[in-house]
Amino acid sequence: MTRDIFQPSGQIQFGIFFQGVNSGTIWKAEESGSQTDFESFRHIVQSAERGKFAAFFLGEGLRLREHLGRPHALDVVGRPDAQTMLAALAAVTRNIGLVATQNTTYNDPADLAHRLSSLDLISGGRAAWNVVTTDNAWTGANFRRGGYLDHADRYKHAEAFVETAKRIWDSWETANGPARHIRHEGQHYTVDVTPRLPRSAQYRPVLFQAGDSPEGRDFAARQADVIFSAHPKFDDAVEFRRDIVSRSVAAGRGANAVQIMPASEFILAATDQEAQEKKAWVRSLQIGPQQAIAYLEQFWGRELSSYDPDGPLPEIDPVVEETSETRGSGFHGAKARQLADQWRAEAKDKGLSIRGFVTSKTARIDSTFTGSYSAVADHLAEYARVGAVDGFNISPWLIPTGLDDIVNHLVPELQERGVYPTEYRGTTLRENLGLETPVRSEESVRVS
Amino acid sequence: MSSNNNQAGFLAIELDGAGYANLAGAVLAAESAGFHVATFKDAPAAGRVNALQRAAFAGPITRTIAVVPEVDTVYTEPSHISTQLASLDYVSGGRAGWIATAAESPESAAAVGRTSVEGAALAQEAAASIEVGRRLWDSWEDDAVIRDVATGRYIDVDKLHYVDFETPADFAGTPYSVKGPSIIPRPLQGQLPVLAAASLVGEGLVPADAVDAVLVSAPTAELLAAEIRDVRTWLGAAVAVIAELDVVLDSRGQDAGARLVASTDSGRARFAGSAAGLTELLDSLLREADGVRVHPAEVDVDLEELARLVLPELRRRGSLREPIQDGTFRDVLGLGPAQNRYSTSAAAVAAGK
Repeated sequence: MTRDIFQPSGQIQFGIFFQGVNSGTIWKAEESGSQTDFESFRHIVQSAERGKFAAFFLGEGLRLREHLGRPHALDVVGRPDAQTMLAALAAVTRNIGLVATQNTTYNDPADLAHRLSSLDLISGGRAAWNVVTTDNAWTGANFRRGGYLDHADRYKHAEAFVETAKRIWDSWETANGPARHIRHEGQHYTVDVTPRLPRSAQYRPVLFQAGDSPEGRDFAARQADVIFSAHPKFDDAVEFRRDIVSRSVAAGRGANAVQIMPASEFILAATDQEAQEKKAWVRSLQIGPQQAIAYLEQFWGRELSSYDPDGPLPEIDPVVEETSETRGSGFHGAKARQLADQWRAEAKDKGLSIRGFVTSKTARIDSTFTGSYSAVADHLAEYARVGAVDGFNISPWLIPTGLDDIVNHLVPELQERGVYPTEYRGTTLRENLGLETPVRSEESVRVS
Repeated sequence: MSSNNNQAGFLAIELDGAGYANLAGAVLAAESAGFHVATFKDAPAAGRVNALQRAAFAGPITRTIAVVPEVDTVYTEPSHISTQLASLDYVSGGRAGWIATAAESPESAAAVGRTSVEGAALAQEAAASIEVGRRLWDSWEDDAVIRDVATGRYIDVDKLHYVDFETPADFAGTPYSVKGPSIIPRPLQGQLPVLAAASLVGEGLVPADAVDAVLVSAPTAELLAAEIRDVRTWLGAAVAVIAELDVVLDSRGQDAGARLVASTDSGRARFAGSAAGLTELLDSLLREADGVRVHPAEVDVDLEELARLVLPELRRRGSLREPIQDGTFRDVLGLGPAQNRYSTSAAAVAAGK
C-alpha cells in the first residue's frame, strides 16, 4: 500500500461552526438565544460533545461589517474573542476539539503561536487554528500595524507566518526542553524568540485552512491538516477531494494527509415533507424584507428602501463608482450595471420578487442538507463510503438549540449505519480526527 | 472608594504558581477559602501559559471569585486585548479585571520584531492601550442589541460608536490609530476594573483616573503600611489601594524559614512565619489598604494554611469581608455602575427627552 493512493476511512465526523455574524443565524425566532452569553456557548458545545462531534469552531471578523458606511444592523452583530471563549469552554468539556479562526495579517507569529500553545496545553491537546488572511487596510484601521498587504502577497505572508509558528512549536527538544532559539527575518516581520512552552499532548495545534483559489489550495496542501472547504455537494466534493489528493501528493505529503470538512447546513425533520416546510420557515427568517433590500443595496451602492421587497428588482441603475470592495459590501464599479441587468433578467425569468431573488442568491443551496433523518443519513453514508469528505462542518441556524435534532436523531442514524464514531477515539483532537503526529522538522533543528 | 479605616477589606491571591495543570483545583480552593480575587501573572517565563486564557478557563468553573490576568500593553495590539478582556468578562459572568503591565523587556520586543521600549515611553504605551480598551468597551451602549423583529434590526446602529483613537502628539513610539467600534458588545460590567502597579501611575505616567486600583509594594512589611498611606495621600480616594505581600508559612511540620531557600527575591514585602503572625499583619494592613494581594511561595502548601487558619480568623475579627455571592469585580472594589462616555441615552435624558 502506497501513501500516494487515497484510502477512504469509511467514516465521517462532524464539526460545528458557531459563525454568528451573517444571515445564516436566525435571531428573530422565539427560540433564538443570546449570541454572547456564556450559557449559549456552553449549551451548544456540550450538545456537540454529546453527539461525539470532533470540533467546535469559532469565526472571527476584526472589523464590524458595514452597510452604506455604517455598521450593518440586520444580521447578528458582535461576538467574543475566539481563543478566550475556547479557553473557557475547555473547562466545561473533555474531548471536543477547539478551533480558533485567527488572522495572520493582524497578529505577530511569536505571540499567536504562544497563545495557541497555551490553548493547546490548557485543553489537554484539543486546540486548532483555522488560518485566515486578510489584505485590506479597512480592517487594518483597528490595528497598530495597519496591516495592508498586496493581495498577491497575502499567501506568501501567511505561509511564512505558519512556518514560523510551526518552528516555534517544534522548538522544544524534549517535553522538558531545552528550547531552540527561533529567528526569522522576512519581508513582513522579524521574529527572534526562545519559545517558552512545551509541546502538547497532540504535539502542536491542528491546522485548518479554508482557501479555495488554486494558490489557497496549494497552501493548504503544503501546510494544513484539515481543509474547511466550500464544496459539500456530492460530485463537487468528490472532485475537490481528487484535486486536493493530487496537490498534497505533489507537495510530498501522503494522499490521506489532508482531511476535508465542507461547510454545511442541516434542516431535518421526521419526514421529508416536514423538513421542506421547516426549510421555508428557516429561509423566511434568514432573509427578511429588510435584509433582501440591504443585500441589493450592497451591489447598487445606494439606498433602495423605497422598493417593495415583494416586488420586482429596481429599475434604476447602480451607482457607478470605484469604491473599495473590502467594506463588507458587494461589487461596485463599471461592472455593477452589467450585473444589475443580468439579475433583473434572471429574476424576471424565474418570476422572483426581490426577496425571492435574494433568498435564492444567499441560501446555501449547495451546502444545505434537507430531509428526513434517515434520508439524510443514507445520503451522508454515501460520502463516507467513497471518502468524498472526512466530515462536515455544520453551521447551526439556531443558537443555542440548533444542534439538538442533529445530535438526538441524525447521529444515531449514522451510528447505526456504521459511518459515524460511537465514542471518542482519544482525548486529543489529533487522535479524534485520526491525524498522524507531526515529525519534528529539520528546519527547526538547525541552530540559528 | 475611600480610605477604609473601619471597613473590612478584601483579599486577592496570585495563582501563577499553580501553572495550568493544577489550575482548576487551585482556583476552586481559593474561592472556597473566601478569597475575593485570583490574579494571573504574565511576564515571559519558561512553561508559563497565557494568563488571560488561564483566567478564562477559571471563569466558568467558579461563581464568586474575580479572575484578573496581567496583560502587557507594550507589545500587544490594543484592539485584540480589549476584545479578549471583554470576552473574559462574558465567560466569567462579570468577574473580570485587568492588571495592565508595561515592563521593560528586550526579549518581548525581539519576539515581535520591535525596538525595546524603555523609560517614560513604557507608561505612554500603557496609557494609550488602556484608553483604547476603555473606549472600545464603551463603543456599544448597553442597550445596543435591540432584536427588533418589526423593523428587522438586530442592533440600533445609533448606539454603536466609532472610537477614532489616535496616539497623543508626544507619543514616543510609532503613532497609531484605532477606528472601532468594538467587535464585541459592551462587557457585562460596562468597564472592567483596570489595575496597575502604583509605580506606573501618576503625573506624566498613566493618569490616575485611567485606573481603578493600584498595587502598592514596599521592600519590607514594616515599610508597607507607610507606603500605603503615602500612595493614598497623593492618589486621593477615587483609586483603591491593594498592598502586595509575599507569604511563606510554617507548614506541614516545616518552618517558613526552611522553606525560604526556594523562593526568590521579588522586590515585594515578605512575611515568613506562622499563620497567627500573618493574621496579625493582614489584620493591620487591611485597616490601611482596601485589599491585600497575597503571593504564596507555593500555591498548594500556603493556600491550605491560609484557608484553614488565616482567612477564618480575619473574618471573625471583622477585618475581612465575606465574598459577595454572584457579585462582579466592580462590586468587590466598591465601584458603582460604569458610565458610558458615548451614551446617547444619557444625553437624551439631559436634554429632557
